[in-house]
Amino acid sequence: MATPEQQEANNRLIKKLSLIVVGMFVFAIGILPPLYDVICDITGLNGKTSNEAAAVEEAVVDEERQITVMFIADTDPGMPWEFKPVTRSIKVHPGEIKKIDFRVTNNTNDWLVGQAIPSVSPAQATPHFKKTECFCFNEQELDGNSEKDMPLIFYIDPDLPKSVTTVTLSYQLFNITDRVVDAKKAVAAY
Amino acid sequence: MGHGPTQPFIKRMFTTTNHKDLGALYLIFALIMFLVGGFFALVIRAELFAPGLQLVDPNFFNQMTTLHGLIMVFGAVMPAFVGLANYMVPLMVGAPDMALPRLNNWSFWILPFAFGILIFAAIKSFLGMGDAPNFGWTFYAPLSTKFGPESTDFFIFSVHMMGVSSIMGAVNVIVTIFNMRAPGMTLMKMPLFVWTWLITAFLLIAVMPVLAGVVTMMLTDRHFGTSFFDAAGGGDPVLFQHIFWFFGHPEVYIMILPSFGIVSAIIPAFARKPLFGYASMVYATASIAFLSFLVWAHHMFTVGLPLAGNLFYMYMTMLIAVPTGVKVFNWVATMWKGSMTFETPMLFAIAFVILFTIGGFSGLMLAIAPVDQQYHDTYFVVAHFHYVLVSGAVFSIMAAVYYWLPKWVGRMYNEKLAKIHFWFSLISVNVLFFPMHFIGLAGMPRRYADYAVQFADWNQLASIGGFAFGLSQLIFVWVIIDCCVLKKGEKATDQVWEGAEGLEWTLPSPAPYHSFTTPPVVK
Repeated sequence: MATPEQQEANNRLIKKLSLIVVGMFVFAIGILPPLYDVICDITGLNGKTSNEAAAVEEAVVDEERQITVMFIADTDPGMPWEFKPVTRSIKVHPGEIKKIDFRVTNNTNDWLVGQAIPSVSPAQATPHFKKTECFCFNEQELDGNSEKDMPLIFYIDPDLPKSVTTVTLSYQLFNITDRVVDAKKAVAAY
Repeated sequence: MGHGPTQPFIKRMFTTTNHKDLGALYLIFALIMFLVGGFFALVIRAELFAPGLQLVDPNFFNQMTTLHGLIMVFGAVMPAFVGLANYMVPLMVGAPDMALPRLNNWSFWILPFAFGILIFAAIKSFLGMGDAPNFGWTFYAPLSTKFGPESTDFFIFSVHMMGVSSIMGAVNVIVTIFNMRAPGMTLMKMPLFVWTWLITAFLLIAVMPVLAGVVTMMLTDRHFGTSFFDAAGGGDPVLFQHIFWFFGHPEVYIMILPSFGIVSAIIPAFARKPLFGYASMVYATASIAFLSFLVWAHHMFTVGLPLAGNLFYMYMTMLIAVPTGVKVFNWVATMWKGSMTFETPMLFAIAFVILFTIGGFSGLMLAIAPVDQQYHDTYFVVAHFHYVLVSGAVFSIMAAVYYWLPKWVGRMYNEKLAKIHFWFSLISVNVLFFPMHFIGLAGMPRRYADYAVQFADWNQLASIGGFAFGLSQLIFVWVIIDCCVLKKGEKATDQVWEGAEGLEWTLPSPAPYHSFTTPPVVK
């Protein structure tokens, strides 16, 4: 049988160890995901471009360099729309502002809402891919059996590392209709 | 001295708080899970005996790989080590029992329910009532979140329960080691098994909550509208891999550090020399544990980390070879010029040193980021981690069972049968896993029910080895039944092995139900 002193020593140690356990759980769930987002925001590691429009600067166009920009559009398996870039690839000078259209076609009979998520490759190019306007900043609605062109206006920051000559921008379009409808219902109920 | 249990084992096992009872329960449970997980592995190897689909469909094959991994990692290897810690740590530090006996009972009895849930999912799948988890034991998102079967929720609940059990077990080990040592048993006098378990227990309480966190995030992603790992809602599936491997890499050391302790007890006993470099062993174990937190992204060399990241994780991973090399050197130096005899525990321990080192070398190959681009997710990886986990961790557990069984039951096991078990296991484990190096380097990807015909010969050989290894384990089961249930074998002495040292060998064999009620004095 443990003596009272030993019991007390045990309890003190258990309390300390439990603190580590709780701390690590909080670390995993509450600290790691935001930390990851912050690191990715700063470094552009996961290829996610900024969600906010870049200021249109009268940047100096670097006529010396030419960058190939390629576009990829994909739909998530849960998204029935057709989604493709009108132009697959263009050549731009750093600093030059360009507009590209992406075409979506809703062949179903239902009104649906989509959200496009960008990813830039290589990752070093991510912070230098500036969008002044993008359909990915907002949810996109489309009625059944209709089609629309969604614009993207961007420029490549002249600070892009010299080693990068080709930048690929890929979009994946997700069906978020259920989420939007649920949110509206929740607001209505409130 | 002298108060034995008042009820037979079957009756008292639900309410027992005795560390020897619970240690035995953990070990029996681990053996049952080892056989269940092994059965799943044989389904895999039977399907892979020939190219094409013969026995099971790919979806069921994936369920088998998933459950095999989960059951072997969390159901066989980890509980076996916890069982050994339960039985041996109090005896080795001169304590009457674990510090928290009631918690001990609880942490064991959660396990059968946790694995009951997983096995229930498997039975449901056998009966055609919905898939069992089929996303691999690493349960990468979005495969497990968006595309996971309904039974994924069983899996999540089961992992939560295993985590609670492991954490409570680890807290118990730490409190026992810190507060219950006999007078004179300073930290640097503790047997290495106790040291390695102390460090393992700290790893457990640091990373099991992270595992609980990651499955909790999966649960909320699946049912409560969060998007931790869902790109559509602003999350990132790669985040899952980071968090999972932040748990996962220390986890693989949780499964090997106690092995180091076991081998460090057995080799000196049968070489009849004290362990070479005791202090360096302690420091090496601690450095391996520390480094395990800095290498997780070597599982993710192909997700597109920046060059600097790949280099950092590559160098850190290679650095782990240094303390591990110290250990292997010390074991060999302990045997050097020793008066060695080759009883079964020693045979398993020597096989451990050699085969674990082979697994370590293939690990070094995988650590090289540029070549990992080719090795990633091939059978070379499967060969690597089976060398360290089967001929590493599992062999060390078997060595431990043969080494301490006479102390537990008071009778010697059948040495002849045990040696047959050893040689069959040694040969078949190499026939099973060595060819996987070749088919992996040739490019065969893991986790598929089918493969290109060029891989047929080596796969056939691996399957033959797999069945031979599986059947050899029945000899192990027989040796244990023969010794523990049929009570054959001659009476063991207190010392059992001529060269064995440590407090546990000062007790009578079998060790009395209550031992060290008055603490021994350690000089």
